Amino acid sequence: MAELSPSRHSAFQVLTGLFSLPAGARVGAGPMIAAAILVAIVLASLLAPLYVPYDPLAMDSMSRLKPPSEMHLLGTDQYGRDTFSRVMTGGRVSLLIGVGAALVSVVIGLVIGLVAGFFRAADGIIMRIMDSLMAIPAILLAIALVALNGPSLGSVIIAITIPEVPRVVRLVRSVVLSAREEPYVEAAIALGSSMPKILVQHLMPNTLAPLIVQGTYICASAILIEAILSFLGAGVSTEIPTWGNIMAEGRSYFQVKPGLIFWPGLLLSLCILAINLLGDTARDLLDPRMKKREG
Amino acid sequence: MQLSSRDFSNAHRVLKIRGLKVGLTGRPNAAAVLNGIDLDIRAGETHCLVGESGSGKSVTSLAVMGLLPKGALEVQGGAIDVEGFEITTATHSQMRELRARRIAMIFQEPMTALNPVLRVGEQIEEVLNMHTDLSQAEAKKRTLDIMEQVHLPDVERIYKSYPHQLSGGQRQRIMIAMALVLDPHLLIADEPTTALDVTTQLQILKLIAEMQERKGTALLFITHDMGVVAEIADTVSVMQNGRIVEKAPIRELLTDPKEDYTKKLLTAVPNLAPRPARAPASAKEVLEVQDLEMVYGGGGFLKRSGGVTAAQDVSFAIAPGRTLGIVGESGSGKSTVARCIIRLIDPTGGRVNVAGTDISTLSRRQLQPHRKHLQIVFQDPYRSLNPRWTVARSLCEGPINFGTSKAEAMEHAAELMELVDLPRDALKRYPHQFSGGQRQRIAIARAVAMKPDLLIADEAVSALDVSVQAQVLDLLDDVQERFGIAMLFITHDLRVAAQICDEVLVMQKGRVVEHGPAGDVLQNPHDPYTRNLIEAAPGRQWDFANFRALGTSPLNEGAPA
Repeated sequence: MAELSPSRHSAFQVLTGLFSLPAGARVGAGPMIAAAILVAIVLASLLAPLYVPYDPLAMDSMSRLKPPSEMHLLGTDQYGRDTFSRVMTGGRVSLLIGVGAALVSVVIGLVIGLVAGFFRAADGIIMRIMDSLMAIPAILLAIALVALNGPSLGSVIIAITIPEVPRVVRLVRSVVLSAREEPYVEAAIALGSSMPKILVQHLMPNTLAPLIVQGTYICASAILIEAILSFLGAGVSTEIPTWGNIMAEGRSYFQVKPGLIFWPGLLLSLCILAINLLGDTARDLLDPRMKKREG
Repeated sequence: MQLSSRDFSNAHRVLKIRGLKVGLTGRPNAAAVLNGIDLDIRAGETHCLVGESGSGKSVTSLAVMGLLPKGALEVQGGAIDVEGFEITTATHSQMRELRARRIAMIFQEPMTALNPVLRVGEQIEEVLNMHTDLSQAEAKKRTLDIMEQVHLPDVERIYKSYPHQLSGGQRQRIMIAMALVLDPHLLIADEPTTALDVTTQLQILKLIAEMQERKGTALLFITHDMGVVAEIADTVSVMQNGRIVEKAPIRELLTDPKEDYTKKLLTAVPNLAPRPARAPASAKEVLEVQDLEMVYGGGGFLKRSGGVTAAQDVSFAIAPGRTLGIVGESGSGKSTVARCIIRLIDPTGGRVNVAGTDISTLSRRQLQPHRKHLQIVFQDPYRSLNPRWTVARSLCEGPINFGTSKAEAMEHAAELMELVDLPRDALKRYPHQFSGGQRQRIAIARAVAMKPDLLIADEAVSALDVSVQAQVLDLLDDVQERFGIAMLFITHDLRVAAQICDEVLVMQKGRVVEHGPAGDVLQNPHDPYTRNLIEAAPGRQWDFANFRALGTSPLNEGAPA
């Protein structure tokens, strides 16, 4: 296509194989708003220690269950902790778990998926193991892990990751299965390239675009699962505020102080909505059917 | 050979196109896709539209059918008149009525043009149900009748078959039956035989001619194959860049082309007379294949099942500087042999000796040092280069695997670009910035970079336009001469084989049916299958490059020009 000169290909596009976003493909208002909300939430959470007025763990028996005021923007909880400080700080752990679980499952899934897709001998065994992993319910596994190891960030991330990995493996494997039949891969074999080299340099780049999309979904669902686990008391230790355990602790005072559940719940919903919306947008942009064939 | 010399000036005019201009939707100032097309086809006439890919042949046919892709292309001027009915201004419902009744179309790929989940009989009947008031029984009777007419065997059974249960030729017959069931006055055939084997192609061409004769249909036949044109055309239009550059009766066009472009197109068509065989550069053979066998499947877990034999008892040898061609129809096992030799698949039996070592049973690791002796060029230039890699990186991949330093490999890559006639600065570009022919040159450069002893070309020119094909064949010839490489050339196209091969091996159903010097095999075939194959080659008695019939060839028996 004449109007797409080589210099306009960014490093990202080359990496993901997006030689051309569809001409005139504009990102609509929805995704832009989602991106803005997400950036705001992430920044606010990351920078929380710099601006929150109180230590999120500092109890103050004199000011329990206060309504919103100038001193406490969103009021206080049953131990007199400042809700605003807790909600903002709690976002850090929730987001960390979301991003952490997404990264860990994508990386593990990518490696296993590449091997399963390329080596026929390994394929059958690996995929049967993945099938059995998929049969494990995340929540149940998490409760079991927490019961064994005690509540910690690590247990929660592992519990979320294990059922997600097989999904990533299936995705990567299917991409590799079709890409390995491409003549350029066969040419690389004929040129004497080693198997690891072919896997990493020829096959892996094909999987990046779908993985980015899958990663956003995992991220959103991990944040949600963390909240559920914390709500059930099987999540991160109650000393660390997360959106999930703030809501869990607030539920007994829900009728007197709905704000204890409303504010973390609102941020959680907005965050997941924004991530899912961005994931959908990424999927639409990266979908090969949206790409015009050049040549 | 017998070129058509029928005269249609008295027949009534079915299609009249005047000054047709088609351009990109909403961009009236962009370069037109079709610019000022004039075309007339009369009842009973076969008009061929030829040209290379991108010349606008298919767009012309889609415009006539009123099927230009919405939002991409639009008619920007001119008139298309089908028996007094103006297409460019027709409404949807008018066009729907017109299609099938007056105009019908046959596509290239019958598998995708038929609905895979409906029985083929029902699909033909559907056309009748949509456009006529026939009762169920009458419609079925008429369907079976048209299926008889297109010479389908056992019509009752085929009526109830699904598309995947039929062969490619049978599917195309169904398409023809569907197109002709309402006796349209104009039939458009867009490369209807390109996806078919040469013997099937001949049958379909005969069938189309027969149906046309019987029904007096006007036929617009789109093809890139000059051989097919010579077989069937009454009149020909040559298209280039959205214009018709020359329009003439077939004999006049083939014997006395006026335009340079037409001449160029015709001279690029290789004729079936084989090249003189070359002497081997040295006596020692580069590749020796003995009793190669490849059986797919088989060996079930509990019970040993038969499997499919894709190649059996294949033996041959190639000396340096010589080219051996393997020809055969699809499914004959020719690509299987190539893939076994280069060990993309593991043969189930026999020996493959390369430079004195049997590589057929080596493990992946043991094979590694031998890889550089063998290189391969694939058919599809769009998929044989990694789209995310620069040309330089593709060219350097092999040499670096064998210990060449990066700087040295880059230097060599630049020399190779010159060898294959591409600018040096093209090294920094990505494959999608090149045309199909240029990509194939890059693929050849990549193979040659390894300084192989044997180059396998697996249908390496089949996806290219004929003029590009000629250039790539010249390049292969040049490379071979310069480096004394032995070449294994796999093709379904006998013309290409005649042009490049010293020796020819004909395969059918996994077995070698004939093997010998190209001259012998192509001119005095002993095996009946080879003879069939050669006789089915369209336009085989015409020497396109010299604008005359192939008079000197013994192939020409009993067919005076």
